[in-house]
Amino acid sequence: MMLSKGLKRKREEEEEEEPEKEALAVDTWWLDPRLPAVAQAPPAVPSNSLLDLSVLKLHHSLRQSEPDLRHLVLLVNTLRRIQASMEPEATLPSVPSPPEAPGVAADSLLASSDAALSASMASLLEDLSHIEGLSQAPQPLVDEGPPGRPSGGAPPGLGALDLLGPATGCLLDDELEGLFEDIDTSMYDSELWAPASEGLKPGPEDGPGKEEGLELDEAQLDYLLDVLVGTQALERPPGPGR
Amino acid sequence: MALNQASQLYSGSDRLGPWCSPTGSPAPLSCETGCGEGSWILVCRLLVPTQVSLLSMEEDIDTRKINNSFLRDHSYATEADIISTVEFNHTGELLATGDKGGRVVIFQREQESKNQVHRRGEYNVYSTFQSHEPEFDYLKSLEIEEKINKIRWLPQQNAAYFLLSTNDKTVKLWKVSERDKRPEGYNLKDEEGRLRDPATITTLRVPVLRPMDLMVEATPRRVFANAHTYHINSISVNSDYETYMSADDLRINLWNFEITNQSFNIVDIKPANMEELTEVITAAEFHPHHCNTFVYSSSKGTIRLCDMRASALCDRHTKFFEEPEDPSNRSFFSEIISSISDVKFSHSGRYIMTRDYLTVKVWDLNMENRPIETYQVHDYLRSKLCSLYENDCIFDKFECVWNGSDSVIMTGSYNNFFRMFDRNTKRDVTLEASRENSKPRAILKPRKVCVGGKRRKDEISVDSLDFSKKILHTAWHPSENIIAVAATNNLYIFQDKVN
Repeated sequence: MMLSKGLKRKREEEEEEEPEKEALAVDTWWLDPRLPAVAQAPPAVPSNSLLDLSVLKLHHSLRQSEPDLRHLVLLVNTLRRIQASMEPEATLPSVPSPPEAPGVAADSLLASSDAALSASMASLLEDLSHIEGLSQAPQPLVDEGPPGRPSGGAPPGLGALDLLGPATGCLLDDELEGLFEDIDTSMYDSELWAPASEGLKPGPEDGPGKEEGLELDEAQLDYLLDVLVGTQALERPPGPGR
Repeated sequence: MALNQASQLYSGSDRLGPWCSPTGSPAPLSCETGCGEGSWILVCRLLVPTQVSLLSMEEDIDTRKINNSFLRDHSYATEADIISTVEFNHTGELLATGDKGGRVVIFQREQESKNQVHRRGEYNVYSTFQSHEPEFDYLKSLEIEEKINKIRWLPQQNAAYFLLSTNDKTVKLWKVSERDKRPEGYNLKDEEGRLRDPATITTLRVPVLRPMDLMVEATPRRVFANAHTYHINSISVNSDYETYMSADDLRINLWNFEITNQSFNIVDIKPANMEELTEVITAAEFHPHHCNTFVYSSSKGTIRLCDMRASALCDRHTKFFEEPEDPSNRSFFSEIISSISDVKFSHSGRYIMTRDYLTVKVWDLNMENRPIETYQVHDYLRSKLCSLYENDCIFDKFECVWNGSDSVIMTGSYNNFFRMFDRNTKRDVTLEASRENSKPRAILKPRKVCVGGKRRKDEISVDSLDFSKKILHTAWHPSENIIAVAATNNLYIFQDKVN
């Protein structure tokens, strides 16, 4: 298995619209200028491809019947870093204000890819935590959380699924809502990210329920396949002379 | 201390010099071991016994001979044979491996004989057993992998050997014992085992024990189940020999060996809301001497040392080890490569060693703000992180080990390379565990990776490295210079060169 030479540029039409941001993102994000290898580095890679790749990985990880938690957490943290850096000049709105009006919150959340990803991950992790309560037998001799730690808070299943609803009590970082409002995330707008009233089921539900909500329509599937094929096409053996 | 005294026997001699005492018998301790060039030889390459028995069915070869000789490549290797953990016992007499198929294979060191001094360091199959079977969790509709994640030996207290083996969910205590006698002369059974009619018995006799062919049997003595929601990544036997801990992604449980239906939860980092989860536990180990102290590492590159005397739930650490991030090396992958994949106390208990993706670090327990030593394992990969992220290699979890005297540390890399770092001389060496390059008893040639510019004849370029050949698991004999290196389904045993 050889290293790929780099990721192909994707979505060139988008990059033309935002050349400044692209330049900012590309400069230093993965190349350490001190290393000699940089001199022969592949052409500058737009971080959109890294975002695509990360989303794909996260999607794949979430689809596992029992995802590797470490892998998932590292992916999500990396994805958050990538997204945060794509809007480096955005000023984060101050957090202390109470949660916004329900409608506004729902709309901006829907438009936000990070929200969608967090929703997926959050739901899945909540499912894991809920199922834990059902499957543990015999009960281990456990301090049920140290005293002072809120035991459970909102009912687990409900908490996750209220994510896209009003007054969720900061399940997402509030400052992230504003970051993505001007980004074209139409590729993420599918019934994958449908609001609570439509696709997601209320109450505790494990794997199968979630899977139905995550089905993509043909266009989304085609796009994902393109990315996949595009990525895979790069894993070719190095040419002569390397 | 004995180690230091022994080193004076060799005063004046080169560190790479003979390890034998003047009479030619092997040195009892490896002290001040060097890891310089030319001092390691391949002792034997072992395959898991199923492959061996497959061969012997077809070729009718003695099993022991197969294990001691050098085999050609066979394509019988299946994924179930991939070795997932390697561990010497406390004397080094036994070497246990676990594989993806849930099997444990124990190798025993060849007994030394005066006539065959050169055969010291060879290991033969001692026992094989199926430790874990694939399971199905009906409640979650999930298959539980039978892969053995870790094996830890208990110190020997009687004639039998005990070890802990674990998969993702269940820890088992196995007893491995020898049987070389059997009772003969029963009154109620005849020689074939059939019951005799008591009416026909006219005399009584006392059964006697007669020698038989040595049989090694493994029996599961305890099963510690249903205590982990997440995947177990570590187990560690406490120095009190009465308790042990098991750690998963979010929790650490303390067990008593005698009690299987209860465990104490001593660490719980699960957030009240799972959406807030940003960090998981990656490894944990008890202090070798202080039975109240343990450490655990995280996916964010931190190590926490906890004292069980402080509180029942050790959520608040006693010490917190973290190195500040180097701003010039910052990238999107900073967190992933800082994730610690293994943490090991030194034998002395004074230091801990951690492995992250690119480095091995040694920490002094008395200094929390930075490691005292950092060793670059394969820094040439730093410029390739994006590709390694793409092919998921960046998530590989390498282990690291100390030698018996804590003077040398070893860890694996790609292309079947493994690296040793001498902490005293600051020298390091890269060696390769592969069939093509190793003949038995031949001296291992140090390898070198070329990072740019002209490639010398024996060097290998970064782009030619085979990232599917990774050495994740290695082990070092507790007192001698014998190492075990697992490469996919092969177990290599190397020893230092003996005159």
